[in-house]
Amino acid sequence: MSLSRPEAVAAERSETMPLRRRLRLWPRRRPGWTIILAAICLILIVVVAILAPWLAPHDPLNMSPANRLKPADDTYWLGTDAYGRDLLSRVLYGARVSLTVGIGSALISVVIGLPLGILAGFFRSLDAVIMRVMDGLMAIPSVLLAIAIVSLISANLWTVMAAITIPEIPRIVRLVRSVVLSAREEPYVEAAVALGSSLFTIMWRHLMPNTLAPLIVMSTYICASAILTEAILSFLGAGLGTETPTWGNIMAEGRTYFLIKPSLIFWPGIMLSICILSINLLGDAARDRLDPRLQKRGGAQ
Amino acid sequence: MFSYCLRRTLAAVPVMVVVALFVFLLLRLSPGDPAAIIAGDMATPEQLDRIRETLGLNQPIYIQFFHWSGELLRGDFGTSLMSNLPVTQLMAQRLEPTVSLALLSIALSVVVAVPMGVIAAWKHGSLIDNAIMSMSVLGFSVPVFVIGYILIKIFAIDLGWLPVQGFKRISQDGFGPFIQHAILPALMLSTIYIALIARMTRASMLDVLGEDYIRTAHAKGASEKRVLFKHALRNAGVPILEVIGTGFALMITGVVVTESVFNIPGLGRLTVDAILSRDYPVIQGLILVTSGVYVLINLAIDLSYALLDPRIRYQ
Repeated sequence: MSLSRPEAVAAERSETMPLRRRLRLWPRRRPGWTIILAAICLILIVVVAILAPWLAPHDPLNMSPANRLKPADDTYWLGTDAYGRDLLSRVLYGARVSLTVGIGSALISVVIGLPLGILAGFFRSLDAVIMRVMDGLMAIPSVLLAIAIVSLISANLWTVMAAITIPEIPRIVRLVRSVVLSAREEPYVEAAVALGSSLFTIMWRHLMPNTLAPLIVMSTYICASAILTEAILSFLGAGLGTETPTWGNIMAEGRTYFLIKPSLIFWPGIMLSICILSINLLGDAARDRLDPRLQKRGGAQ
Repeated sequence: MFSYCLRRTLAAVPVMVVVALFVFLLLRLSPGDPAAIIAGDMATPEQLDRIRETLGLNQPIYIQFFHWSGELLRGDFGTSLMSNLPVTQLMAQRLEPTVSLALLSIALSVVVAVPMGVIAAWKHGSLIDNAIMSMSVLGFSVPVFVIGYILIKIFAIDLGWLPVQGFKRISQDGFGPFIQHAILPALMLSTIYIALIARMTRASMLDVLGEDYIRTAHAKGASEKRVLFKHALRNAGVPILEVIGTGFALMITGVVVTESVFNIPGLGRLTVDAILSRDYPVIQGLILVTSGVYVLINLAIDLSYALLDPRIRYQ
């Protein structure tokens, strides 16, 4: 278990849940405009992340001791931090790290978790071993695990991403396994076996496509959770080096000056919240549209 | 019943073994000399040799593991590199603030979230329901430290009602000062829990409200309040209990962040100090203990689940 949303917790547990409760845990009505707004916000953040070098009015690393902790004015739209660096530029650059970590973790956990999940769902002998390892991994609180990994290996973008991704993998494995477990009883799989398809074909061509829709939904939650974990790691001083402009780092530095200049915490905090909220809302929308398990059952009711 | 409890308890053992194995391998498999990692950059060759010897790094790796886990079972989690105190002693010193804060937060979340979930389910589809559910999505998306600083800004700085930082122990300073210092951290810590429990309560209640015995209760003239809280909530309670267990991992993360925002001398603060000083034995001990508690809580919940719901025992 990690920093997951109730949906993710529920999805993991839902194998044993009565059908009706599973549906009701996920209210399907959500006004369309919130989704449009979330999409716009996320697109804006992505654009900001890509265009940060052109959008940022100043160099985010450029210290100028004469301009320490300046309030917002015409030159520094959001003011400056304790080293005289432009807050706006740092916040804009912070989007790069957050999005890279979020998208990277979601992709890597799928790439590693999908084959493990298919194998666990297909071969009973492997199932016991893989799932015991995953249970153990899930029992370790994700932030502590990430902290331990980063404290052993020096922190750079790749190690931080790995540290955040490893605790997320069990969620993918469990999801894929549960889909494969039910899909492999379907007649078309029996037919494929009877036709003499190779094991690889059965797993890749017949079983894997079933997992795609739930995987897309789950990876949005993992993306949001990874962004949050990265911010927490930076905030606690276990993330990327303090000179790197990440939202967590800006907030960590702002803590000392919170009484003088609370905006050092609030601006990156607002960006972080909007980013995570948008991804979560889009994930909910994707779940309503994509998850065939839910759709089929919803139609049957 | 007994055989179910036994099976469930035994199932927790491999999980803990995997956790221990993982923590063990993390240090051994990380690039570089484990002794050098543990000793830090300033270590002399003699110190390195001493650490290698105490860790038994010259022996085969499986013997190292059995030796190490044997020490864990005897309650020896090693010695902190910074303070040279046993890790268990360090953790014991920091236990009270964290446990009191966590219990206060759980109590607060249940008191706030369960009625919210019940109302949302009762009026489901209405404006109140939508408002409560939107708040729960928000509670999940706004990072805990942002919530903490907003609370500090409003209640401690602008209104001046509560202290900005610090902590008072119940055992030393009494209950009043404790509450005064703990209420903001507890609010911060419970946000995510409230979101989780409210959502689960709503889902679970909606499930139960469709049952026949609820219609019967209505038909025999029981008041709305009685139907909701007596008949429905009691049956909807088991999944809510479960969510409190699965949410424990969120609580751990929350505690680490909350204690560092409010400068509370608990286990979370110990974690942050250990990270900053790269005190690996302490980090390792904290991971083992929290994972152990997580496994035990979920075991306890599964067992009480079986006690409350006979259907589970016979699965």
